[in-house]
Amino acid sequence: MNPKEVETGRRIASSRSGGWQPKVRPSTKMSDNAESPNEPQKEELHSPPEESMANEEKKKIDVLLKAVGDTPIMKTKKWAVDRSRTVQSLSQFISRFLKLDANEQLFIYVNQSFAPSPDQEVGVLFDCFGSDSKLVLHYCKSQAWG
Amino acid sequence: MADDKDVLRDVWFGRIPACFTLNQDEETEREAEPYYLLLPRVSYLTLVTDKVKKHFLRVMRAEDVGEMWFEYEGTPLKWHYPIGVLFDLHASNSILPWSITVHFKNFPGQDLLHCMSSSVVEAHFMSSIKEADALKHKSQVVNDMQKKDHKQLWMGLQNDKFEQFWAMNRKLMEYPTEEAGFRYIPFRIYQVNGTHTSTPLILESSQGTEKRYQVVIHGIEPLMETPLQWLSEHLSHPDNFLHICVVPAPSD
Repeated sequence: MNPKEVETGRRIASSRSGGWQPKVRPSTKMSDNAESPNEPQKEELHSPPEESMANEEKKKIDVLLKAVGDTPIMKTKKWAVDRSRTVQSLSQFISRFLKLDANEQLFIYVNQSFAPSPDQEVGVLFDCFGSDSKLVLHYCKSQAWG
Repeated sequence: MADDKDVLRDVWFGRIPACFTLNQDEETEREAEPYYLLLPRVSYLTLVTDKVKKHFLRVMRAEDVGEMWFEYEGTPLKWHYPIGVLFDLHASNSILPWSITVHFKNFPGQDLLHCMSSSVVEAHFMSSIKEADALKHKSQVVNDMQKKDHKQLWMGLQNDKFEQFWAMNRKLMEYPTEEAGFRYIPFRIYQVNGTHTSTPLILESSQGTEKRYQVVIHGIEPLMETPLQWLSEHLSHPDNFLHICVVPAPSD
């Protein structure tokens, strides 16, 4: 039932061991409207951990997006996302980013096991299922898990 | 413990009498009579309203019928919340039967998820169970189950079979004897002015002052000193989440 995940490029995240390590690549800020992939991506450097506790930073979490199966990968995998953003709006963003047809569905999974309800906020998912200071979400054009 | 098993049964068989009326703006060929139904608290609106749909379609022309949705006093009712939660959250002070308005046009896509078939409810329900088990057992129990075991949980809910459901669900309620309970307790808190949340909420102490909020699960106010582990094992919905409503206390 579970298709093998296609590894999509090098790992960006630091390993669990060894404490804090600098990110290989900074997170990209996710705007409210999906940017066309043709536009240059606005890269936003993350502050060091101490300052990242400032109010504005706490509103955003790091989300790592991974493609499953034959779903196209996104060049930018790590995004800074507003905590209050819903799964539905994130899914719409990915669909637009990948230029999927309107009739193509997109499924989003947490822990490679369950599809969160579209009205759930990513901040809550991050609190419950995040690890290494980020939330890993898998996306797929067909149902991948259950 | 026999007494506690009875709690599971009482929760499962909780019912809310409801009266469905067709929205006045719908085009009908004849007058639509209201339709009365006893709604299971632990089920979902779109799962138990086939008869309601059939009833109103009899007086409507097929071309006037879009996706069916429900509303109570101006609030669209989210089918993916359990029925009991919708009632406790929006209508706990209303007189019975609960008066629900049925719509077949102007689907409020901003507020509601689409639900064209019971397979959508099934996907939502099974995802919730998996999400809950990720919190309770790192997904170990639900992953050890077979496809037919998952089906048994779903069929138990769909067909209102208490024994069938609980024969499987009790596995999801177990935990190693050397531990005091689940790793984490899956819960969602609802307030009328916001969406559900899983983040902590501080309730004002009611001592000395008038109580402003009620904490309601399955239509009752559990004692504040009830252990969460017990609540999770006995008052969770079939999706394995505790659904907790925080509603304004009735002013009487």
